[in-house]
Amino acid sequence: MKNTIKVKVWRGNEEGRFEEFEVPRQPSQTVLDVVTYIQRNIDPTLSYRFACRVGVCGSCAMTVNGRPRWTCRTHVDKVAQDGTLEVSPLRNLTVVKDLACDMTDFFDKQNRAEGKFHPTKTRNDDFAYILPDDKQRKQAALGIECIGCGVCYSACDIVEWNKDYLGPAALNRAWTLINDVRDGGNKERLAAVAGDAGCHACHSQQGCVEHCPKHISPTRSIAGLKRATAMAALKGEI
Amino acid sequence: MSSARVETKLWVWQRLSAAVLALCVIVHLAVIVMAVQGGLSAAEIIGRVSGNYVWLAFYSVFVLAVSLHAPIGVRTILKESTDLSPKLIHAIMALLCLVILAMGFRAVFGLFNAGGM
Amino acid sequence: MKTGAHRNHAHYWAFLLHRISGLLLALFLPAHFYVLGLSIESAAALDGFLNWTTSPLMKAAETALVILLAAHLTGGLRLLALEFIGTRESSKAAVAIGAGIAVCVGLLFLLNVA
Repeated sequence: MKNTIKVKVWRGNEEGRFEEFEVPRQPSQTVLDVVTYIQRNIDPTLSYRFACRVGVCGSCAMTVNGRPRWTCRTHVDKVAQDGTLEVSPLRNLTVVKDLACDMTDFFDKQNRAEGKFHPTKTRNDDFAYILPDDKQRKQAALGIECIGCGVCYSACDIVEWNKDYLGPAALNRAWTLINDVRDGGNKERLAAVAGDAGCHACHSQQGCVEHCPKHISPTRSIAGLKRATAMAALKGEI
Repeated sequence: MSSARVETKLWVWQRLSAAVLALCVIVHLAVIVMAVQGGLSAAEIIGRVSGNYVWLAFYSVFVLAVSLHAPIGVRTILKESTDLSPKLIHAIMALLCLVILAMGFRAVFGLFNAGGM
Repeated sequence: MKTGAHRNHAHYWAFLLHRISGLLLALFLPAHFYVLGLSIESAAALDGFLNWTTSPLMKAAETALVILLAAHLTGGLRLLALEFIGTRESSKAAVAIGAGIAVCVGLLFLLNVA
C-alpha cells in the first residue's frame, strides 16, 4: 500500500473547481479522517460539516467518488481502490461552501409533506395502546429510524429532474405518520403527498434504497403512499 | 381538479391498463411467435381474425387499454424531460389517445371485416 | 469528475429500459396500426407490405421490437410488484431474470422468423 493518497476536493460553491491534495494513509482511515487531515494540516480554509464522527448523526454526508455516503463510515480502503478519491458536496442541494450544503429545501419538504405529528389526545386522556405486532405499527417501524441525513435525497434522480419533488425522506416520514394511529392529520397528509411533486413522481429506481445508511426503503413507503392516495381518491377524499 | 387528484387518478388508470395489457401482451407475443412460423401472410392473419368475435373482443380491449396507457406514459416522459407547458403536454396526450383509438379500431375492424376473398 | 456512479444499480437500468422501450413502442404503434389497416384495401395490399419485411434487416428490426415489448412487459411487472406486493432484496435478481426472459422471447421469435 502506497503511504499517501491523492484526494480531489471540491472548492467554492456552485461555481468552483476540484483541488488536489496528497494525504498520508493510515490503517482504518475514513474519508472524514482524510478531509479533517486536509483542513487541520494543509488548508485551514476548507469548509465541511461533521458532528458525532461515529455513524449516528448523518452530518458528514458528502459525495464520495460520485456516490452520496456518510464519510465517517466510508473506509478509504473500500472506495479508493485505484488510489484516487474524489470528494464533493451532496448532490441536489445548494452548495454553501466547499463540502457544506444548505439543507433548507430538504427540511422544508418534510413540512410540505405534512411530516409533522397531529395529536388527537390531550394529557388527560389515557395512553394509546398499540401492540408490537400491530400491522400499521410494523409499517411505521420500518421507516422511523430516518435521521434526515439527506443521502437518499442526494441519490434520487427524480429530485434531480423535478425541483418540486418532495423526495424520499419526506415521503418516507409521511408514510410513518399515516401509519401512526394516534395521528389525526391523514386527510391533509394524503393530499400533500399526492400530485406531481409527490409520491406519483417516483418510478421506484431505488437510488434511495441503494444508498440509505440506515437500510430504510423509502421506495416501500412511497408505494404505500401510492396505494393510500388511490384509496382516498376512490373515496373522494382527495 | 387539484393536481393531487389528477395525478392520483392518472396513476390508477395507468396501473389498471397495465394489468390488462400484461395479459394482452402475453397472448400477443405467443400469437406473434406462432404466426411467424413458416412466414407471415395476409391470408393467414385474415384467416385467423376475420369474422371471429373472440379476437375482435380481445383486440378491442387491447386497443382501449393501450389508448390509455401509452399517452399517460408519454406524458410522464414529457413532464420530466422537457420544458413544455402542462397545457401543451395535455394536448399531445389527448392527440395520441385519439390517434391510437382511431387507427387501432380501424385496423381491428378492417381485419375483422376483411376476407371476402 | 465522477458522475453517474450513483446510478449504476439494477433498478436504475430497469427503469431506463422500461422508459426507452415504452417510448419506442409508442412511436411504433401508429405505423403498426397503419400496416394492419392496409387489409381494408385488400389482402394483396397487406401482403405487399409483409413481403417487404422478409429481408434480414427487417427481421432483425422485428426481433428488436419483440424484445422491446417483452422488456417493457417485464419492467412493468417489476413496477406492479413493487407498488402492490412490496419491495424485497430479491427484486434485484428479478430484474436480471426479467431482462433474460425478454431476450429469450426475442430469440424464440428470431428462431421462428429466420
